[in-house]
Formats: sequence, structure tokens, C-alpha cells
Amino acid sequence: MTGPGDGVAADRTDVAGLLRELGPPVLGALVRRGADFATAEDSVQEALVEAARRWPADLPADPRAWLVTVAWRRFLDARRADEARRRREEQVTAAPGQGPTEQDDDTLLLLSRCCHPSLSPASAVALTLRAVGGLTTAQVARAYMVPEATMAQRISRAKRALSGQSFDRPGDVQNVLRVLYVMFTEGHTGEVDLAREAVRLTRQLAVATADPEVAGLLALMLLTDARRAARWTRRGELVPLAEQDRSAWDTAAIAEGVRLLQAALARDRLGEYQVQAAIQALHDDAATAAETDWVQILEWYDELVALADTPVVRLNRAVAVGHADGPPAGLRALDAVAPDVPRRVAVEAYLHELAGARVLAADLYARAAGTATSVPERHHLLRRAAALRNAPEDRAVAPPAEDRYT
Amino acid sequence: MAKYLMLKHYRGGPEQRPNAVQPMDRWTPQEVSDHIAFMDHVIDVLTERGEFVDAQALSPEGTFVRFDGEGRPPVTDGPFAETKDVIAGWMIIDVDSTERAHEAAAFLSSAPGPGGLPLEEWIEVRPFLQDAPAGAE
Repeated sequence: MTGPGDGVAADRTDVAGLLRELGPPVLGALVRRGADFATAEDSVQEALVEAARRWPADLPADPRAWLVTVAWRRFLDARRADEARRRREEQVTAAPGQGPTEQDDDTLLLLSRCCHPSLSPASAVALTLRAVGGLTTAQVARAYMVPEATMAQRISRAKRALSGQSFDRPGDVQNVLRVLYVMFTEGHTGEVDLAREAVRLTRQLAVATADPEVAGLLALMLLTDARRAARWTRRGELVPLAEQDRSAWDTAAIAEGVRLLQAALARDRLGEYQVQAAIQALHDDAATAAETDWVQILEWYDELVALADTPVVRLNRAVAVGHADGPPAGLRALDAVAPDVPRRVAVEAYLHELAGARVLAADLYARAAGTATSVPERHHLLRRAAALRNAPEDRAVAPPAEDRYT
Repeated sequence: MAKYLMLKHYRGGPEQRPNAVQPMDRWTPQEVSDHIAFMDHVIDVLTERGEFVDAQALSPEGTFVRFDGEGRPPVTDGPFAETKDVIAGWMIIDVDSTERAHEAAAFLSSAPGPGGLPLEEWIEVRPFLQDAPAGAE
């Protein structure tokens, strides 16, 4: 981290960026000193507000130390002001006073608190974005398109839920990964790019821990996000994987993802994120959709079923079966998926399209459009149905849609 | 300024206009794309004029739910596939007059359908009730 100039006036944008960067390590410092997480988070927010007011005119020589001092004072005030809170059993951190107070350790420390299993994923994501991501409540609210007061309440309820919990177990990484993955899949519709935010936090976590699943998740995010530019048309229409302009994929992100994945796999502790990353790597590796190595993808799906047997995994596996062993085999694999699993009808339509049953596929796509959960997906399915209905019988339609849009 | 809700129905309205009879999955892909692009265009135009508030599309299928006594789970019914009227979504605008609200609704209703011709779908316009009585005593 580069230090700012001593005692000089800073411009507004510099201060905002600096505060965002410093918030999480300052919170980490307080928690490390033994402050309970919820009160510490409030105290840091207050210190940040004060800094935002003062710093543009008078930037302290050591901004971080300034924030720690002010936040700690606020924390002590809050403790004194509330007798009940004073009596509350002090939270003991996992290893107080041990190791260097580095930002890497703070990231893990804070993430394990924000992603506590007692919180719902939505609450954990909101709290993580503010406490670790350094976003303001207003920004988190805009990302989720809810009123700021609603988001403030969601965050404070989450913190209240945490105040009774113990943190003896030093960070259940699996939980942190689940929350970061949810954040990643929330996408990037608003002003805050949640996918990019998730990549940034996972990157920090990967520096702090050697767990191969952390590297696996980071690889999965990079390998998926690498296709972002090709996934949407300029008009905001969804482009399925098979029809994407592969020259628009981010080759640097793919290379980094593959490197991370290979290093993780070499450690021989396979987990679901590494497997999902491997599947995405195989998609990214194909120069054209026709060259996709579906046989290997199916093998990874079988691994995934063994590690995490969920309806969604089974659904995606059916597509791989349809490509590797033919559409009838894919449809048989689909039989085992319950009818109410989201996107099941779309996959059924796709497999019938692969089999050449155009009219049936069009009917199913139209039905799937009726139950789509997003506007772009609904429009995509409608266009798919329209394309099949309008294609002359003797001419091939556009290349079939891939089931995964991501 | 006053707020109006412009309701778009899948079915419903005084009568079905001829160009709106055919379901969307029977249009050509280009007609679907043009229709969607027009909807975005409406939002852009209303935003440009300082009149746009909100737009939301709804899933066509929903469930009826009601209270069934303390400690009992909610009672649910539906979805009903053949309901006469289904709300497809809405737009909320903040405009100077009822005339302007109707003009905006007609603009929305001019969205292209099959053959690039206007759908002429009926849009239901509902004024918001104000939070407080307007004007002085």
C-alpha cells in the first residue's frame, strides 16, 4: 500500500478511495485487540464518517493510525455508554496477540465473522460488502435495489445475530466460500459490480490461506468472468456459450484461472469449486463450440455429483450427457431430475433441439420462458422458440443454445 | 407532478387487438428483439424527459395466499393457468397531467409486434393516491 503525502490537502476522490481501502484493516485491528465485531464495525463506520469530513482539508500523516485511534476511542465510548454491553462477555479472538497484524490475516478474520453459518447468505453478503469490501450502506443498497434504510436494517440485524455467537473455530472457510460464490453469481446490474467485488475479496482470501478450494473458487470466478464481454449483446441480449464470439474472451483471466486451477489440483485435495473450475476451463479451452471436450466435461460432472449431489448439478450433467452420449441419453439422465427444478424445462427443450425435434423443442422453450426467473433469460428462451418455429424445415437453424449462460 | 402506474397485461383489457393475438414465441426472433428494444427505448425516452420512476416485469405465474389462523401455515391456491387477466408488468411515471400520462401509455402501446406493426395492446393507467392532501386549506 502506498502511503499518502504528509499533512496535505487531498482531493475528494482520493479520500473516498483511501477510506474504502483502510476501513477493513482498521476493523481488523479493533477485532484483534479484542473488540466485539458488531460494536467495532459501528465504531469504524463512525470513524470513517469523521475522516470523510476532515481529511479533504487536512490529511493526517498516518491515516491508518488516525483511523485506528479514532475508531478505538469510539469503541470505548460505546462500551462505557452502555452498561449492559459492558457486562457482556468479552469476545475472545481465535489467537489474540499472535502473529503479525497483517492485512492478509485480517481478511480471513473478518470474512469468517461476516460469513458465520448463523447468517442467511443474503445477510452475510451485505455485511461482507460493507465490513470487508469497504462499501457504504448506500452502495450496498443500490446494488440490491432496495431502500437504504432497509439495507441498514439488514446489516444491523446481521450484526445483532452475530453478537451472541462464538468464534472459537478459526474461520470455517467453506462457509466463506459459499458466501463469496453467492456474491459472484449476483452479477453486475447496478452501479456496484458484485461479481468483480467477489473476485477481489476471493483474491485477498487466496493470499491469506493455502486451502486449494479457495484457489479453486478464484479460478472458477476468473474462468467464468473471462467470458463476460461475449455474454451480452450491445442491446442487453443474452448470448449462449455456443454462439459467443470467442475472440472477445479475456485470455489473461483464462490463463490465470488455469494456472491457479492446476496448482490447486496438484495438491490432491479435490473439492467442488476446483471441479466446477475444471469444467469452465474445458469450455474456455475450446476454440469453437464444436471442439468442446464433452467427454471430459462429463467425467468432471461425475466427480461433482460424488462431491455435491444437488438437483442443479444433475441438471447440468444431463446436458453434458446429451453431448457426450447423445440426446436420448441426456433425456434419460434428465428423468432423474425433479420437475420443479428451475430451468429443467429449458434443458429439456435444448436436448430435444439437439435431437432435431424442432416443434417439440419450440413448445418447450415457450413453456420455459413462462417460468424464467430473469428478463434476459425469458427473452432468450422466447427468441429460441421463435427461431425454431421460423426455420425452414430443410435448413439448419443457428447453432443450438448451450445450457449455461455463465 | 403526479405519479401514474401503467399496467401491462398478458390478457385483459376491453378487447384483444388483432396484432396482439399471436403469442410472442410465434413471432420471428427479429420481431422479438425489436419489441424488447422498443421497451428499452420507452424507458430511455421517459428518463430523458424526467418522467421515469420504475419499471418491473412479472413472472406470469403466481400463487394466491391467505392467513388461516394463528399458528397455522398459510393457505395457498393456484397458479391458475386460464385466468382471464394476468399482469405482465408495470411502469411508474411521474408526469404533469393525466393527458401526458395517457400519451405515455399510448407510446408504450405502440410497441412493434408481428410484421413490425404496432401491437396496440391496452395499457391500464392508474393514478397514485397522494400521501397527503394537496394544496392549502
